Amino acid sequence: MELQPLLFLVFALGAVISAVSTVTRKNPVSSAMSLVAHFFMLAGLYLTLEAQFVAAVQVLVYAGAIMVLVVFVIMLLNLGNEQALTENRGLRSTLATLIGAVFAVQIILVTVAEPTGANALPSRAVEIGTTESIGQSLFTQYLFPFEAISLLLLAALIGSVVLAKRHMK
Amino acid sequence: MNLTQFLIITAQAGMLVNMMLIAAAYMVLAERKVSAWIQNRLGPNRVGWWGMLQSFADVFKLYLKEDIVPAAADYKFHALAPVISIAVAITVYAVIPWSGPLIEIDGVQYGLAMAPDMNVALLTILAMTSVGVYGVALAGWSSNSKYSLMGGLRSAAQMISYELSMGLSIIGVVLICGSLNLVEIIQYQTANGWNVFYQPLAFVIFFVTALAETNRAPFDLPEAEPELVGGYHTEYSGMKFGLLYLAEYGNMLASSAIMATLFLGGWDPVPFIDEAALLGLDPYSLPMVLIQHGVFVGKAATLVFVFIWIRWSLPRFRYDQLMNLGWKILLPLSLANITITGIVLLLLN
Amino acid sequence: MQIDYIGSLPLIVIWLALGAIGIVIQAFVRDNTRLVFGYYVATLGLTGLAAIVLSGHKGASFGGMITLGGYANYFDALFCGAGIMALLAARPYLQKEESEVDEFYTMLVSSVAGMMLMAHASNLVVLFVGIELMSISFYVMAGFFRTSTKSVEAALKYFLLGCFATGFLVYGMSLIYGGTGSLAYGDIARTVVTQQLTYPTLFVVGTTLLVIGLSFKIAAFPFHQWAPDVYEGAPTAVTAFMSTAGKAAAFSAFVAVFVALLPAGWTSEIAQNQQIVIAVIAAATMLLGNITAVVQSNVKRMLAYSSVAHAGYMLMGILAGPSLGTDGMNGHHAIVFYATSYLFMQMGAFVVVGILERRDGGFLNIDDYAGLHHRHPVLAALMAVFMFSLAGIPPFAGFFGKYMLFAAAIERGFTWLAIVGVVSSVISAWFYLGLIVKMYFQDAKDSGHEAPAGLAGFTLAVSVVGVVFFGLFPQLLINIFRSW
Repeated sequence: MELQPLLFLVFALGAVISAVSTVTRKNPVSSAMSLVAHFFMLAGLYLTLEAQFVAAVQVLVYAGAIMVLVVFVIMLLNLGNEQALTENRGLRSTLATLIGAVFAVQIILVTVAEPTGANALPSRAVEIGTTESIGQSLFTQYLFPFEAISLLLLAALIGSVVLAKRHMK
Repeated sequence: MNLTQFLIITAQAGMLVNMMLIAAAYMVLAERKVSAWIQNRLGPNRVGWWGMLQSFADVFKLYLKEDIVPAAADYKFHALAPVISIAVAITVYAVIPWSGPLIEIDGVQYGLAMAPDMNVALLTILAMTSVGVYGVALAGWSSNSKYSLMGGLRSAAQMISYELSMGLSIIGVVLICGSLNLVEIIQYQTANGWNVFYQPLAFVIFFVTALAETNRAPFDLPEAEPELVGGYHTEYSGMKFGLLYLAEYGNMLASSAIMATLFLGGWDPVPFIDEAALLGLDPYSLPMVLIQHGVFVGKAATLVFVFIWIRWSLPRFRYDQLMNLGWKILLPLSLANITITGIVLLLLN
Repeated sequence: MQIDYIGSLPLIVIWLALGAIGIVIQAFVRDNTRLVFGYYVATLGLTGLAAIVLSGHKGASFGGMITLGGYANYFDALFCGAGIMALLAARPYLQKEESEVDEFYTMLVSSVAGMMLMAHASNLVVLFVGIELMSISFYVMAGFFRTSTKSVEAALKYFLLGCFATGFLVYGMSLIYGGTGSLAYGDIARTVVTQQLTYPTLFVVGTTLLVIGLSFKIAAFPFHQWAPDVYEGAPTAVTAFMSTAGKAAAFSAFVAVFVALLPAGWTSEIAQNQQIVIAVIAAATMLLGNITAVVQSNVKRMLAYSSVAHAGYMLMGILAGPSLGTDGMNGHHAIVFYATSYLFMQMGAFVVVGILERRDGGFLNIDDYAGLHHRHPVLAALMAVFMFSLAGIPPFAGFFGKYMLFAAAIERGFTWLAIVGVVSSVISAWFYLGLIVKMYFQDAKDSGHEAPAGLAGFTLAVSVVGVVFFGLFPQLLINIFRSW
C-alpha cells in the first residue's frame, strides 16, 4: 500500500487549516505560529512530491529564519492589546468580502470545469529533487537570475540599514 | 513508502526516543558527577550504585510535582513550548547515523539510525536547530514574566546569531566531501581521513557555535541565574520543566553526535583501515554494527564530557561580548574558511 | 550555456560598479558623499555609453535568460540617462534638506540596475528579480526622510501595497508556467501561437494576475491608489525619478511580456478577451487620472494623478501590439516614444517643483505658483514648456507621443478608446494650462524666496532640450525603433 497520496492529503488539509488559522487568529503570536505550522505542512507536501531540498530549505529559511524574526519582533513590541488589532466591519470591508467571494467562486468554477487532473510523479522526480540537480541548474541554466539576486539582496541590506540607522550622519 | 516501511520506521522512532531519554538522564548524572569532581565534592551517590538511578528519581519527583501555570500566562503556548523543544531535539536524532546498516528489507537498508542516508540530512539538522528557537522563545514569552521574556529574547537573538556561523562552518566539510548525506560524509572520512584535520577552523567554529546553540556555558545567558533567576524556564514546574531540561541535554548529545559525524569520522574507529576485513567480519553483521555504534557513541560522549568540562571551568560571557564574538569574529572566520577551502579545492582539482 | 560577455557589458559594468567597487569605496572612505556621487554619475555614464555602443550587438546571453541589443539597450541608455539626471537633481535637493547620505546614490543606482534587468529580461524569473530590485530601492528612497511623517507614510504604503502586488505577479508567473510549461518569453509565445496550451485556464488566470501586478507598478486603474500618496510623500527628487524612469521600466517589461502573452497574429478568443480587459483598464485609467487631477490643490498630487493618466495613454500601445501599422510603426514603438518623451517632461516638471520647494516642505500648493513668472522667470518658462508638452500641445514631444498612440489604437479598431483618450486629454488641458495661467496671469501673494537650481539646472536643461528636440525631430527616434 502506498502511503504517499494519503500523506499528501493529510499535509494538504493541514496546510489549509493552518493558513486559515493564520488569518483568523487575533493574537499575533498565535497567528505567527499558525504560519510556522503552515510552512511545516508545505515542507511535508514537498517531501511527498520528492522535492527534498526544497522541503528542507522551506523549513530552514521560512520557519527557521524568517518566522523566528517575526516572532521575535512581536515579542519585543509586546502586542498584547488584541482589541486594537480587531478589524472594523464597515460597508467597505463587507463589499470587499463580497467581491472577493465572487472572484473566488469564479476561479473555483473555472478550475472545476477544466480539471488539471492528478498525474503520477515522473520517475525522474527523485533525481530532480536532490541538492545536486538543483545546484546544477542553479549554476548553469539559472546562473543569471541567481547572480542578479545577489544584487537584490545587497540593495535590500543597504536599504534596511539606512532606514534603521540611528543617526543619518 | 509502503506500510512495512512505515511500521519499521515507527518502531525505530520509538527506540530513538527512548534512547534519547535514557541518554539525557545519564548526561544529567554525568554533569553532576563531573561538576562535583571539578569542585572537589562527591556528587549524587545515594540512589543506586554510584548514584546511577539519581536521574530517574529526579524525573519521578518531577512527575509528582504540581504543574504551576502563572495566572496571566498564555496557557496554550506555555504548554506548547516544552513540546516544541523536545520534539525538535528528538527530530534531529532521526538523521544521526548511529551505526552502519544492519538488515535489508525490500531493497531498503535499516540500521540503528532512522534516515541517515537522506540526501538532505545535513540541511534537516540545520533546519531543526533553527526551529528549536521557538521552544525557548515561546516559553519565555508565554510565561508573562520579565525574567522569562528576557531569557527568551536573549536566547532567540543568540541562536539566530550563531546559527549563521554554524551553517557556514559546515559548508567547508560539504565542499570537501561533496555531499550533504551523512553516510557519504562518513564514508569519505573513512577513505581519506577525518575532517578535523582538513577543517580544524571549521571544527572550532562549529564547537563554539554548538555551545551557544545549546545555551551551554559560557554562553548560558538565557538562563543566567544571577540576573534572570532561571531565564526562560523560570515559570515552569513539574514535567514541563522536566521536558525543557531534557531537551537541553538532548540537544547537547545531538550536537556532539553531529560533530562526531562531520569532523571525527562518525562510526569509523581508525581512518584508512577497513576494520571489517581486519577483524574478519561481515560489514553488515551485528558485531560490526555494535563496534560502529560503540565507537560513535564513544566519540559523542567524549565531546559531551568536553561540554561539561567547559561549563564548570569558564565564566559566563557578557551579552555584548557574545554578540561581538558571533558577528565580528566567528562569522568572518567561517566565511574566510569557505573561501580558502574553495580556493584550495579548485587548485587541487 | 553560452555567455555573451561583450553584449552583456552594460549589465556587468553596473553590477561590478555597484556590488564590488562602490561598496568598498563607501565602506572605507570617510566623508565620501562627493566622491560617491561623482563615482555613480561616472558609472551610469559608462553603462549608458556601453549600451549605446553595443546597441547593434543583438542576441541572447546566459542561456537565453536575457536579450541583448536594440530595444533593451535603448532602455538601458534611457535609464542611465534618467539616473544621471536624477542624481544631478537630487544632490542640491538633499543638501537643501540637509539629509545628503551617500547610500541614497547607491539606492538610486541599484534601482537603475533593476530597471535594466527588466528591459533585458527574456525570462519571467529575470523580470521578477529586476522588478524587485527596482521596487526595493524605491521603497527605501521613498522613506528617505525618516523624520518626516509623510515620507515614512509614503514608504510604508508603497512597501505594503508593493509586496501585495508582487504576490500577484509571482502567482501569475507560476500559473503561466503551469499553463505553458515554460518561463521563457519565447517558449511561452510559441506555445500560445501554436495553440498548445496544456491548461488554458491556468494561462488565463496567470495572465490576469500578471497584468494586475504590472498594473500596480505602472499605477493603472484600479491599482493606482498608492501613487498620489507615495508621489506626494516621497522626497521630490525621488518622485521625479520613480514616476518617470520607474514607469518607463515597468512599461518596458509590460511590452516585452506582452510580446509573449499576446503575440502578433494570435486571434483566439483568449487574445480578444485580454485586449478588452486592457482596453477597459486603459480607458478608466485615462479618465480617472485626469478627472481627479483637476481637483487637486497640491502640485505633487496633481502631477501624480496626471502620471496615472499617462499610464493609461501608454496602455493603448500594448493593445495595438507588435504588428506593424501602415506607417511602419507598431504600438510598442509608440509606447517607447511616449515613455521617452514622458520621462523628459515629467522629470523636468518635478525637478522644478523640487527646486521651488522650501526647506519646511512649503511651496507645494498650486496657489503658491501664482505670479511665479515675476520672481523666477526661467523656472516659470521651463515649467510652462513641460506643462504644454504634458498636455499634448505641438510642437513638443508629448504631442507626437500621444498622436502615435492614438493612431496605433485607431488602426487596430479601437477607435472608441482613442476618443476616450482625446476627451481625457482635453480634460487634462484644464489643469496643465491652469497652472500656466496661474504662473503668468495672476499676482503673487508673497515676495517669494531664493530657489537656486545648482546642479539640477543641468537636469532641467536636458529635459527641456529633450522635450523640444524630440518634438521637432521625432523621426530620429523612429528611425532607431525601425532598426530593431
